[in-house]
Amino acid sequence: MTDFDLTPLQAVLGGYAPQGRTALLPALHAAQEIYGYLPEPVAAEIARGLNVPLAEVFGVIDFYSLFYREPVGKTVIHVCTDPACAMAGSEPMLKRLTQHVESLNGKNHTEESATIERAPCLGLCEHAPAMLVNGQPIGQANTRTWEEMVESDPRPPDTKVDGSIRLLTANCGLGYTLSLEQYVARGGYTAYRKALAGAPEEVVDAVKISGLVGRGGAAFPTGVKWEGTAKAPGTQKYVVCNADEAEPGTFKDRVLMEDDPHSILEGLMIAAYAVGASKGYIYIRGEYLRPYQMMKIAVQEAREARLLGENIFGSDFNFDIEIRRGAGAYICGEETALFESIEGKRGFPRVKPPYPTTHGLFGQPTSINNVETLANVPLILRMGVDEYRKIGTEKSPGPKLFCLSGDVERPGLYEVPFGTTFRELLFDLAGGVRSGHHFQSALFGGAAGAFALDSHLDVHLSFEDLRAAGLPLGSGVITVFDETRDMRDICLRLAHFFADESCGKCYPCQLGTQRQVEIIQRIMDGQVLPGDWERLHDIGWTMTDASLCGLGQTAASAVMSAMKHWPHLFKSPEALAQ
Amino acid sequence: MSDTINLIIDGKQISVPPGTTILAAAREAGIEIPTICFHEATTSNALCRICVVEVEGSRVLVPSCVAHVSEGMKVQTQSERVTRSRRTILEMLESTVDLSDAPEIQTMIVAYKADADRFPQAKSRASAPIDDNPMYLRDYAKCILCWRCVQVCAEDAQYTYAINFSSRGYDTQISTFYEVPMPESTCVFCGQCVAVCPTGALKPKRQWLLELGRTPDEIMDLTRSERRNRRRRVDVPSNDQV
Repeated sequence: MTDFDLTPLQAVLGGYAPQGRTALLPALHAAQEIYGYLPEPVAAEIARGLNVPLAEVFGVIDFYSLFYREPVGKTVIHVCTDPACAMAGSEPMLKRLTQHVESLNGKNHTEESATIERAPCLGLCEHAPAMLVNGQPIGQANTRTWEEMVESDPRPPDTKVDGSIRLLTANCGLGYTLSLEQYVARGGYTAYRKALAGAPEEVVDAVKISGLVGRGGAAFPTGVKWEGTAKAPGTQKYVVCNADEAEPGTFKDRVLMEDDPHSILEGLMIAAYAVGASKGYIYIRGEYLRPYQMMKIAVQEAREARLLGENIFGSDFNFDIEIRRGAGAYICGEETALFESIEGKRGFPRVKPPYPTTHGLFGQPTSINNVETLANVPLILRMGVDEYRKIGTEKSPGPKLFCLSGDVERPGLYEVPFGTTFRELLFDLAGGVRSGHHFQSALFGGAAGAFALDSHLDVHLSFEDLRAAGLPLGSGVITVFDETRDMRDICLRLAHFFADESCGKCYPCQLGTQRQVEIIQRIMDGQVLPGDWERLHDIGWTMTDASLCGLGQTAASAVMSAMKHWPHLFKSPEALAQ
Repeated sequence: MSDTINLIIDGKQISVPPGTTILAAAREAGIEIPTICFHEATTSNALCRICVVEVEGSRVLVPSCVAHVSEGMKVQTQSERVTRSRRTILEMLESTVDLSDAPEIQTMIVAYKADADRFPQAKSRASAPIDDNPMYLRDYAKCILCWRCVQVCAEDAQYTYAINFSSRGYDTQISTFYEVPMPESTCVFCGQCVAVCPTGALKPKRQWLLELGRTPDEIMDLTRSERRNRRRRVDVPSNDQV
């Protein structure tokens, strides 16, 4: 075995050691930064430094797809092959790049110059086909040369933001990241100051009356969550911002983090005050290196301006924020798996109850909210609850961000009041289906969602109307498919996504996501077997009914919705004849 | 809080102390709920989902091994949703691992009329047995990932932490640190993992050799050199030298 110089690692580990196991992911990221990958001696040194059993360090490394056990090339490329990017041509692009990399590696015998990997949705759907080169985003990658992407330092794609209202996105799409100074000049942090001038209960009440519900997909009332955390017994409480945005088709949180990071920080600070937390975490998915960099700068600015720290605004409120990076695991968007990840473990979801409000991060009362949810909070306090409730519908108040991608004329992030129709969003704002084609279907809610048909075009985008139409709002993803798309291919990609991202803890999902992808592959290949229709249903219902967490419970959602809409695509000729 | 919780399981009125799991309450009332990963000596993680039951008012099925009873709860242990889930999980399991040494699961497969060939052309978790130490054999083609071995090796009993997991999802496997042979791991060969394994994935080496048809004498011959090597390697002073 090669001898590794462990001195640079030991220098870094010294800083992490006092934190112990919770610093495992940060330490692994730092080590990989130094050595390019995580060989055995490096992992052993980290285990010693943080006092974590060897086998458990290995278990963590091998769980997360962005940690490498084996050496990788100097350039690491992640190509997204999920629906939006696949429709924009990522498969032929991947093939071309792979050939290019093979020829490069063939010339260079000493070390691999580049490693290329198929990646789950990278949250760059409005720039499809997209990829990451050493973590940096490349949009419309099929139009770029190798030199442009790898050898120069390409400018990251500008965010594409529009909408019929611009409240959450007022500071987005300007072509730059808003600094603290610019944010304050636009009225930023006045809500924080206002909140701290009153009692925490007043903030909880305002958020409760505002009708704000979680924007990450579960739509749980934010104020109720905060109240539960505030009232839970315990002196150490936490707030967590869930920025593990990884639902295929979703990129709203990325845009908010890249363009207006302080609005999220302000929301988290107010949440902390409301629930009585002195420490907050922002957990950002590993693939979002650029948003991580933006958020890190913002936290530093806030700290220097004493918006974080002790006795904030002269009050007795103390609060600080730590940013954590994930390492390639969709499951860590599930709140309890996210806690496990911050604690330095494999991202296995926990059994609920108990719920995070009483037993969350490190077993303490925790309020965990999505990025967009938190961005609503300063808005509510600034506008006042009454004004805020005038936006949207009675049952779904407020603004909502929708991520439009796929066969759309102008893909991007759109802000509209709840209650806007799908037709208005797609045709009036986003320019309709790509030119020369017409609407076949749209996937609402991402991989965990369901397909809409043209009969749904006039549905109002609100929780109540979508529920009545049998469509999920989810995190606000709408991926559009025109008449040329083979929906079996879309289902196959979603099935692969779940099989790759299942953590493997509970049997229905561990086994069901694998069996599901095998059957859909068979259907795609024209090799459908008698009984496959029933098999898919049994797998689907078993995952939905019996899985431990939300991932497994929704892993068959899109497939079963497609089977309902287009049975002929999934049935064997014999079954169709019946 | 009151001293007893009243609930109905399969139409039967039952009273149990608060904090009782649905599984324990049912068993006390003579209602059998099948389990796979559950073991009295290990922390329940509710991962096999065979013990799920239908609780009125709950959107999804509830794992009875960890869910506590509550006042007025109405539970069905054999509803259509429950049996479909159990049957499908068993069928998927059968297509994934070698259950020939798992008699309890075989019994369940019969009881739930699970079709052992339900999933043709399925990728199984076939892998070669790992014979890397004189004490036990690891045959992960038989492993159902119940986690019991990992748990008894860690906080549930031994605090040895020799094993954890590699990969994730369907490809998950029980593994030592970087898959090193067991003697190079922190394993102390206490045998607790072997004792809690429900499927014969972990098996005493002697039992394995006997099953292969070796006679006790042959086994002595076979393992003699192994034992000799072991003595030579372990350079610990004996008691009379101390």
